[in-house]
Amino acid sequence: MNKHTGNWSIIIQPKQSLLDINFKEIWRYRDLIMLLVKRDFVAFYKQTILGPLWFAIQPILTTAVYVLLFNRVANISTDGAPPILFQMAGITCWMYFSEVLLKTSDTFITNANIFGKVYFPRIVIPLSIVLSSMIRLGIQLMLFLIVWTYYYFFTDVEMHITWAIAMLPVLVVLMGLQGLGLGIIISSLTSKYRDLKYLLTFGIQLLQFTTTVAYPLSATSGITRDIVGYHPFTAILETFRFGFLGSGAFYESYFIYCTIVTFVLLISGILIFNRVEKTFMDTV
Amino acid sequence: MSDIAISVENVSKMYRLGEVGTGTISHDLNRWVHRIRGKEDPYLKLGEENKRDTTGGGDYVWALKDVSFEVEQGQVLGIIGKNGAGKSTLLKLLSRVTAPTTGLIKAKGRIASLLEVGTGFHPELTGRENIFLNGAILGMTKPEIRSKFDEIVDFSGVARYVDTPVKRYSSGMYVRLAFAVAAFLEPEILIVDEVLAVGDAEFQKKCLGRMKDVSQNDGRTVLFVSHNMGAIKNLCHKTLVMKHGTVDTLVDTPSAIERYLSSDSDIDRCVKWVSDERPGDNTVRLNSIKVLDKTGDLDKTLTTDDDILVEIDYEVLDTVKDLRITVSLMGFDGEHIFSTSDFNYYNTSRVREKGTYSSTLKIPSKLLNLSRYYVSVNVEIPSVKSIVQAEIVSFNVEELIYNEMGVLLAIKPPGQIHPVLNWDVKKLN
Repeated sequence: MNKHTGNWSIIIQPKQSLLDINFKEIWRYRDLIMLLVKRDFVAFYKQTILGPLWFAIQPILTTAVYVLLFNRVANISTDGAPPILFQMAGITCWMYFSEVLLKTSDTFITNANIFGKVYFPRIVIPLSIVLSSMIRLGIQLMLFLIVWTYYYFFTDVEMHITWAIAMLPVLVVLMGLQGLGLGIIISSLTSKYRDLKYLLTFGIQLLQFTTTVAYPLSATSGITRDIVGYHPFTAILETFRFGFLGSGAFYESYFIYCTIVTFVLLISGILIFNRVEKTFMDTV
Repeated sequence: MSDIAISVENVSKMYRLGEVGTGTISHDLNRWVHRIRGKEDPYLKLGEENKRDTTGGGDYVWALKDVSFEVEQGQVLGIIGKNGAGKSTLLKLLSRVTAPTTGLIKAKGRIASLLEVGTGFHPELTGRENIFLNGAILGMTKPEIRSKFDEIVDFSGVARYVDTPVKRYSSGMYVRLAFAVAAFLEPEILIVDEVLAVGDAEFQKKCLGRMKDVSQNDGRTVLFVSHNMGAIKNLCHKTLVMKHGTVDTLVDTPSAIERYLSSDSDIDRCVKWVSDERPGDNTVRLNSIKVLDKTGDLDKTLTTDDDILVEIDYEVLDTVKDLRITVSLMGFDGEHIFSTSDFNYYNTSRVREKGTYSSTLKIPSKLLNLSRYYVSVNVEIPSVKSIVQAEIVSFNVEELIYNEMGVLLAIKPPGQIHPVLNWDVKKLN
């Protein structure tokens, strides 16, 4: 039939193959990603007096508590780095990761309302979360750099900047993608089975204390060292501190391991997400 | 022959009844085992119709079954059917909110839906910010929105408030702004579902005009789902009638409406619902609609000499203000004869407390003709929300007592109604 030979631009059919990801479409929705980032950012500080300063207050207070707890009370070593900088470095990185993880893991449930009415590539939402949290990370990194500059130039504490500082962009990407990968896996699974949601808040705490947010890898030994070392976030934290503070070291094998885990999480996350997004409205 | 814009081929959609959770893992596993063995999904039993009032065999139900049709480019296709006939499911598939269980849908160009306006509006953001965000959610790019921005603001009539957060808007303004964004989308295929239930009369007219514009001048394809036969008649070239999840017929609009209204040939002067089946939401639910004669009798033949009572019983679950129950009377062919509502404009506190109510309309005697009529009942809070849409009962006026045309001329006088009016006949010279 002649009239049928047009190019169909949209074909809707039951679940397609796992690997069917439409990157072109995601690119077409880039404006939406940017607008969502802006929404998240602006809506956060609307009707507040301090505005974006709130992004800085949280890490400052957390740092204070951690220094008090881990360094003053428990006397855990910081590999010679100033405790404030040491803790702030850990907290800044961890807060970015945990925020991405927490927020993306809710994607389907919190957006069910929008998803139920309009079509757009669902992955747009988690991507926008990664980016909007990155703005927050930027502000917190700035804060870290201010404190760091103070220590570096105005105190006689000895700190060595190492080549690893150049790895910062790679580290930020790894943190974001790791959070994203894990987050969308959880969000896909919770759309049908809510159990994971309850595990998550508690799980994030477990994850935090099994990696080197508050203590250095050098403070561990034996089996503990293996557990902490093979936590995929440890290499990121260690490299970050090694770059800025010269404390600890760059663990090559842990780093490669961390990169591999990140991409495995990300790819399996995208595959599961892609599969769930088509019919989750029926089960959410 | 013009181009086909949408082609729907054997589309079915299955839903699971009951709660998701218990038993889903075991079903999922069972399904997975069958798939590995190369067998059919054990839960997809074909052949069961979606009838809500009868209890079927399985836990799964077909909301749509083997639906196939085509829509030509530039056509406005009306979709009508009773509640639960599968209209909304069909739109959900077309707008890609969820995927079909089997079958294939092909379309040319962008599809945008107005399933419900205001999607993604964030209360803290200003009107301007929301226009951009909402536009992007609906699939527009930033430059597209920018070029339409003034038109959108103009159409919505909220120019003064465009830099105010939308949480400060009145509900009417909110809806108008939301609809305006959607109305200026330029998709090749536009899906509209019942949005016309909101807003004031003037705004509704604007919307209908805009839809007509979109189809006639721009040659876009529109799918329009409504219970408003008048709007369907006005806008649609062809109409698809859905019944129990299948396509009943797809013909020109007047025949489709006639078929839809007469599809239950037995006259239904009374409909009743119980518990959760009752149409409505968490504020108001309908219990029954009855067409009675003046003595309250449901079965007695109605004549043109009878006052006819339309009694709507409902329960107010939560104190509600400005509730409006509208009765529309339609002729046998769906022609809208008149609408009337129990909204009292002169009473300022239109509050109805929790409780069971009945609103009764009296259609005076000596007004209707010897004919079949349909009564369509809507419940809404004007400009805020629509609660029940177009629940229909029908009745016959069977005995003609007054024939103004003279009994000898015709048994049934022409016209939708046949009022007894005053004539004054004078000899002038």
